[in-house]
Amino acid sequence: MQREIYDEDHEAFREVVKEFVKRYVTPEKAKQWDADGEVDRATMKAAAEHGIVGLSVPEEFGGAGMLMDYRFRSVVNEELIGCGHGSALAGAVGIHDDLAVPYIAHFGTDAQKAKWLPKMATAEILGALAMTEPGAGSDLRAARTTAKKVDGGYVVNGAKTFISSGKTADIIVTFVKTGEGNRPDAFSLIILEDGMPGFEHGKKLHKMGFPGHDTAELSFSDVFVPDENLIGGVEGRGFVHLMMNLPLERLSIGAVAAAVAEAGVKWTIDYTTSREAFGKPVIDFQNTRFRLAEMATTVDVMWAYVDRAMNLYRQGKLSADEAAKVKFWCTEREWEVLDQGVQLHGGYGYILEYPIARAFLDARVHRIYGGTNEVMREIVARSITGRK
Amino acid sequence: MTIAADSILVLLDTTPDGALAKSSAALLGAASTVGTPVALVLGDEAAAKAAAELGAATVLRAPAPDSQVGVVDALVAAAALARPDAVLASHSVDGREAAARFAVRARSGLVMDAIEVARDDQGVIARSSAYGGSYTVTSTVTHGAPVITVRQGAVEARAEARPLAEITLEVAASGVAAATTGSVEVAEKTGGRPDLRGAAKVVSGGWGLGSKEDFALVEQLADALGAAVGASRAAVDAGFVPSSAQVGQTGVQVAPQLYIALAISGAIQHLAGMQTAKTIVAINRDEDAPIFEIADFGIVGDVFTVVPQLIAEIEKAKA
Amino acid sequence: MRIVVLVKVVPDTNAERTLSLETGLAERATAALVADEIGERALEVALSYADAHEGTDVHVLAVGPEESTTSIRKCLAMGAASATHVVDAGLVGADLGLTAEVVAAALGRVGYDLVLAGNQSTDGMGGVLPVMVAEHLGLPSLTNLTAVTIGDAEVSGTRLSEDAAVGLSAPLPAVVSVTEALPDPRFPGFKGIMAAKKKPVEVLSLADLGLDADDLSTSRSIMLTIDARPPRGGGVKITDDDGDAAVRLSAFLAENHLI
Repeated sequence: MQREIYDEDHEAFREVVKEFVKRYVTPEKAKQWDADGEVDRATMKAAAEHGIVGLSVPEEFGGAGMLMDYRFRSVVNEELIGCGHGSALAGAVGIHDDLAVPYIAHFGTDAQKAKWLPKMATAEILGALAMTEPGAGSDLRAARTTAKKVDGGYVVNGAKTFISSGKTADIIVTFVKTGEGNRPDAFSLIILEDGMPGFEHGKKLHKMGFPGHDTAELSFSDVFVPDENLIGGVEGRGFVHLMMNLPLERLSIGAVAAAVAEAGVKWTIDYTTSREAFGKPVIDFQNTRFRLAEMATTVDVMWAYVDRAMNLYRQGKLSADEAAKVKFWCTEREWEVLDQGVQLHGGYGYILEYPIARAFLDARVHRIYGGTNEVMREIVARSITGRK
Repeated sequence: MTIAADSILVLLDTTPDGALAKSSAALLGAASTVGTPVALVLGDEAAAKAAAELGAATVLRAPAPDSQVGVVDALVAAAALARPDAVLASHSVDGREAAARFAVRARSGLVMDAIEVARDDQGVIARSSAYGGSYTVTSTVTHGAPVITVRQGAVEARAEARPLAEITLEVAASGVAAATTGSVEVAEKTGGRPDLRGAAKVVSGGWGLGSKEDFALVEQLADALGAAVGASRAAVDAGFVPSSAQVGQTGVQVAPQLYIALAISGAIQHLAGMQTAKTIVAINRDEDAPIFEIADFGIVGDVFTVVPQLIAEIEKAKA
Repeated sequence: MRIVVLVKVVPDTNAERTLSLETGLAERATAALVADEIGERALEVALSYADAHEGTDVHVLAVGPEESTTSIRKCLAMGAASATHVVDAGLVGADLGLTAEVVAAALGRVGYDLVLAGNQSTDGMGGVLPVMVAEHLGLPSLTNLTAVTIGDAEVSGTRLSEDAAVGLSAPLPAVVSVTEALPDPRFPGFKGIMAAKKKPVEVLSLADLGLDADDLSTSRSIMLTIDARPPRGGGVKITDDDGDAAVRLSAFLAENHLI
């Protein structure tokens, strides 16, 4: 179904991303990323040169100024994912633009913005967000990484895990405890910089999917972080800041899920068209046709929902609760569509050379990260029942 | 000396050493199918003689000019003298550009890249192919003598040799500004192998050859057949051969009598450069390769097995 | 210096391109229109020069249907400063001769020191428009160049023809066409797209240029018939299981006098 959220600027930008994909996102490159476990910096910088990285950085700091408009970001997702071998890059760009830049752009002090954002627009500096700890996932108040006030800054101790871009990022927006107890105002966000004494990267995590995008454990032993790295310059605002970016975080996962599902339908149509069984293309069998009809319709509905959420987000009207619905619902439809796509690929759907197989493995985490889908349901339930 | 009333003025290209270009025989041959060939030769008497041997009933000769504008000036003088029913030139870079400039100056209609010329009751018409041979288009011009460029290697007709009947052409310089020619570097010929453009036979290799070293197999078969060597874009991108060998939409478009595709799958882009070939032979391991859909003779098999045997068979047949 | 780059809008070669069997015109609905890649290479030559020489004005000239706007905007996003788009119903199905007249007239209007173009489009494959424009304007032409050097008052380069590589030079103004040997064109980014929205595009009709498509004094090429190529008959396809394929192919070639 024709989508209505894009204008000619988005379509022109789509051509840019397509050309970028043609020149920089080759199957060979993707293999290299998978082998290295990370996306190379040169590609990130090239993407930044064309405005594909840095979309959320405000214009005055050299970015595109699209922090409150997810449409260009969605175009990036659609094209990087659609090509069949750009999911690692899409992930790396998403972490930077959707999870790191916003905290500095929205809540950073003027000095923090001036210091970090211009280089984040060019990908000279890449960011990540560290919330999850070995003993605290969705239950953030159980976080135990502490930042003790000392003269001129903080001393940070603790550990974070499952940090996307954790190895490649230069700066990590880190959720820490600056106060006592677990009241919301006991927590803050502080920027840890790669190379600070006492900041170590743990072992490389072997994941089910996204082999080309780094996910790391981080450990902090008496890391001294200067005052100027405390986001917003005021303690105790960590929870509030996280809450304020939740709509974008959840929306972005929903939008990625729609892009992946759309690509999954395309790959499945391509495959079943070229593959013959019993003397005719697989796509001519009624089962294939019915399943494809369902998959394609599901994708249309996903976009209808995501597009509406993108429009609300643009107007500042997308609440974290509403975004939670988008996140869990879209990632589950994504999973169903991909599962069906794998099935229609037959044995080849189980072979990692085929994008449908890789997307299937990648997609599993969409129901887990950014808040598990169970937590999303609980949030939605609370909002509609008014009961905790 | 009179010039035939149904004259077809033919601009013959010359090579840097002054000889007639290979395209000359087909151009005069094409002209002879629709009228009396009158050659415009810009060179020495030997070249004029060669033109007569290739079927020019009259040769209009002037010294070789030092610029494209000079060629066009000569064409203007020749057309004024011969009052031809059509002007033919090779669709080579030099030929087509001179023809096009002439068409502008003479306010004549221009038909490019014909693969055949013919006559209907109104005059000379041309057939050409569009979009890499997917369509055949017949064209002519609204009035006057059409200026037609002819694709190299596409016309089989040859004219009978004639005794030399030469007219020295007086060329008035138009004074149109021209670029100055400096160094001339004659293009390297690859070991006596024919040029891809205009070759009667072409053997092309694809990415499936695997390496630059193994691409030699293509060259061996080409040499056995006296064919030119071509390649798919994938083989060029992989560095097996220089890009000048690329056959396809964005490379050289060929229309040979025989085209042999070795380990080429047959992407649309490639087909666009060779599907007007008269006979197409394909050898590929993948039985589903699209090239088989247009091949007159297809072999599902390994090129490294079949081609050496084929070379041996050809040598046997030639002996 | 004002460099005018001629950009042709063509059906995307990556898609199946079709001609209408009724009109002989390209069926636009079936393939997206894009700026011809070789024209983008020519634009790259101009932009690289402009990058290194302040005060260079790169202008894009396109003759084509309404839908060309997207491609013209792309050229502006790449870095051209302004553009002229000649669009007119009278140009539907225009032959090379008329197109060259239109380009020459438009060039006369916008002004130029150097005209740059691709050597050959991927749809028409004529490869002569640049020299025809040069002939109209009485300019020297340096075409099919595999290398170009633009100077303050002259331009030079290496022309590749079938038999030779020839060094050419001419004083400006001149018409230059380049081949695929030149570097890949740059591609725009987000900022280029936004900047392009503010750049001027002058839209001209034939009347604006004082031309009449129906003027019959100049002979035009016309299409008499058009046929889709008959699908090649599914020829012989054999499998080399018995190891005799080479022998059979050799016999086939001999039968057809191809050995």
